Amino acid sequence: MKTKLIAGLLGTAAALAFAGAASAATLDDVKAKGFVQCGANTGLAGFGAPDDAGNWKGFDIDFCRALAAAIFDDPNAVKFSPLSAKERFTALQSGEVDVLARNSTWTISRDTSLGLDFRAVNYYDGQGFMVRKDLGVSSALQLSGASVCVQTGTTTELNLADYFKANNLQYNPVVFEKQEDVNAAYDAGRCDVYTTDQSGLYSVRLTLKDPDNHVVLPEIISKEPLGPVVRHGDNQWGDIVAWVHYAMLTAEEFGITQANVEEMKNSDNPEIKRILGMEADTKLGTDLGLTNDWVARIVKHVGNYGEVFERNIGQGSDLKIARGLNALWNKGGLQYAPPIR
Amino acid sequence: MADNTASGRAFVRGEMLPQQTAPTSTKGVGHWLKTNLFATPFDTVLTLLAVLFLAWYLPPMLRWLFIDAVWTGEGRAACATVAQGGVMPDGWSGACWAFVNAKFEQFIYGRYPIEERWRVNLTAILMIVLLVPLLIPTVGRKGLNAVLLFAVFPIVAYFLLVGGTFGLSFVETPLWGGLLVTLVLSFFGIAVSLPLGILLALGRRSSMPVIKMICIIFIEMVRGVPLVTVLFMASVMLPLFLPEGVTFDKLLRALIGVALFASAYMAEVIRGGLQAMPKGQYEGADALGLNYGQKMQLIILPQTLKLVIPGIVNTFIGLFKDTSLVYIIGMFDLLGVVRQNFSDAAWATPVTASTGLIFAGFVFWIFCFGMSRYSIFMERRLDRSHR
Repeated sequence: MKTKLIAGLLGTAAALAFAGAASAATLDDVKAKGFVQCGANTGLAGFGAPDDAGNWKGFDIDFCRALAAAIFDDPNAVKFSPLSAKERFTALQSGEVDVLARNSTWTISRDTSLGLDFRAVNYYDGQGFMVRKDLGVSSALQLSGASVCVQTGTTTELNLADYFKANNLQYNPVVFEKQEDVNAAYDAGRCDVYTTDQSGLYSVRLTLKDPDNHVVLPEIISKEPLGPVVRHGDNQWGDIVAWVHYAMLTAEEFGITQANVEEMKNSDNPEIKRILGMEADTKLGTDLGLTNDWVARIVKHVGNYGEVFERNIGQGSDLKIARGLNALWNKGGLQYAPPIR
Repeated sequence: MADNTASGRAFVRGEMLPQQTAPTSTKGVGHWLKTNLFATPFDTVLTLLAVLFLAWYLPPMLRWLFIDAVWTGEGRAACATVAQGGVMPDGWSGACWAFVNAKFEQFIYGRYPIEERWRVNLTAILMIVLLVPLLIPTVGRKGLNAVLLFAVFPIVAYFLLVGGTFGLSFVETPLWGGLLVTLVLSFFGIAVSLPLGILLALGRRSSMPVIKMICIIFIEMVRGVPLVTVLFMASVMLPLFLPEGVTFDKLLRALIGVALFASAYMAEVIRGGLQAMPKGQYEGADALGLNYGQKMQLIILPQTLKLVIPGIVNTFIGLFKDTSLVYIIGMFDLLGVVRQNFSDAAWATPVTASTGLIFAGFVFWIFCFGMSRYSIFMERRLDRSHR
C-alpha cells in the first residue's frame, strides 16, 4: 500500500513536471552528442548483463546497438545507463536517457499517466510457474495452499495475488528483495512454487541444483509485452525507435541476415531492394530522419530479429528460450511488422 | 639501609640462587591448554562443544572452498554438474573460483576501459606510497605527508581517474565500478568526515547560538534519515527538479551523500570524547592564557581523539560497508558488480552466487579487519596514562 502511494506520488510529480515538456527533437540531440544514451537493466540474464570483459551483452542491449547502427552506422555509438526498476521511468522523463530498453511491461497507466510512449513490443512475455516434479502438480489450479517464492516490488507479486484470488486458491507468499535470494530459497525447498516471467524461469533453471526435477506449468497468468520506451511528445524519435524494431523483424521475414546483407543489396526482389534502400529515388529512410540504407546498417552491424534472439536468449545462448510467441507472424508467433514501403 | 647480603649473619644467604626453570606444570602446551581451555568443568564442556562444532563444520567448508572447488574454466559448464548441463559429476558442489577468476578485473575496475586501467593502478600506487608512511609512527615528516595525502593526492587522483586533460582520455563515472568505486567513496568519505565531524562537534558545543543551531540541525537531520533514502531521493527526485538535460554526476551525488552522512555520525562520536574530557583540562588551558584555537588544538583535541579512536574507526568501518548502498542509484561498487555478474547467463550455476558473495565478503573483511587492527595498534601506542 505504502509503496503504491509513493509510486503514485512520484508518478504524479513526474507527470506534472513533464506535461508538455520534452518536445525537443531527441534525434537532433542524439546526433549532436554523437551517441544514444540507452537505459538498460542493471543485470538480467540474456537481456542485459556484462560479459567477462565487462561489455554489455543481451537482447535489449542489441536493440540499443541497432538504434545506434541505424543513426550513426556504428553499433558502439551508444552508452548504457544501468537503471533499477524504481528509477527507470524518472531517468527517461528527466532526459537522462534517450530510450529505455529494459524489459518494461507496456501497461495503460505507464503509457498515459507517466508521460511515456511504448512504441513496439520486442518481446512477448508472461508470468509462469515452476514447481518440483515430485509435487505431482500438472496445473496451477492444483496449487491451493502452496507456498510461492516471489520477488517483491514487482508486478509479478500483484499478478500472483490476482490469479489466486480470482481462482479462490489459498497460498503463502515467500517474498525476497533479490533475485538470487529467491533462487536460493526455491532451490533449498523453502517454497513449493517459483513464479516470475517465463523468460526469467529459464535463467532460474540454470541456477538450480537439479534442473530436471522441476517443471514449468502450462498456465501463463499475465500478459507482459516488453518493449522500448520513449518520452511522450517526440513522435519522430518514437517512429525511429519503433521502426528499428520493425526493420529487424522485416529483415528476418525476408531472410536478410548479417552474413548475406551485402549480396542481398543486389537482389532482384523489389521488396528486398526497397527495404535495403536500393530502390531508385527512395525516401523511406530520409523521411524517418535517417539515411536510406538504415535497414542495411542495422542488419550489417547487429543482425535481424531472429539472429539477435538466438544469439542472446535462444539456442545460441545458455538460456535456450524457445521462440514461442516471439516467432514471426507467419510462423505462428505474434511478431508482425508493418510493411516497409 | 643495612646491607643484608653482606652482613655476615649466618641466617642470611650470602649469594643469589641461580635461576631455575619454571615447574613443568606452569609452562608448555599442556599448561596453556589447562588454563585456557580446561580450567573449570564448564570451560571443559564449552571447549568440547566448540571442538565438536569445528570438526562438524570446518572440514566440509574447507572441502567446499578449496578441495572440491573449480579453479579454472571458461563458462558455466565448468562449475555445473552433468544434470545441470555442465561437466562435473552428479552430486558435486564446490566453490566456482573460475567465475571470480574470469570476472576479477571487472570486480576491481568495473567497466573502466581496459587500456586506461593503468591510471587506476597508478592512483592506487600513489595512495599506498602516501598512506603507508603516514600509518607507520617512526617515519618522519607527518605534516607534509598528511598534506600530500589529503590535499594534493585527491586532486591528482581526480585528474588521473576522470581524465579529459593532460592528454588523458575522459572516462565517465558510470564506467567506474568494483573495488575502485568502493575505495574512492570510502577514501573521500573518511577524508571529509573526520575534519568536518570535528568542526560539527565543536560547533555543537559552541556557545555561539547560530553556529550551535546550524550544527545541531545538520547532525539531527542527517542522522534522522537513512542513507538509502538520501541516495534514492538524490537519484529519483532530484532529476525531476532540475531543468531537462541537466544531470548531476551519480558518483558525485553518492560522494556528497556518503561524506555528509559519515560527518554527522563522526561529529557525535567526537562530541562524546569532548564531553568525557575533565573540566580541569579546559580550565587549565584557559589559565595558561591559550585562546580557543590553541586550547582545542594543543590540549583538548589530542586527548579527545585518542579517547574516541574506537568510535572513529567504528564509523570508518561502517562507512566502508555502507558504500555498497550505491547500488540504489545504479552505481556498482564491489558487491554491486559481483551481484550484477550473477545475471550473466554464461556463468549461471547453483554455486556462482555463493562463491561471488564469499569473495566479496572476504575482500570487505580484509579491509575492515585491517582498519580494526590498526586502530588497536594506535590505541596501545597512544595509551600513556590509562594503564
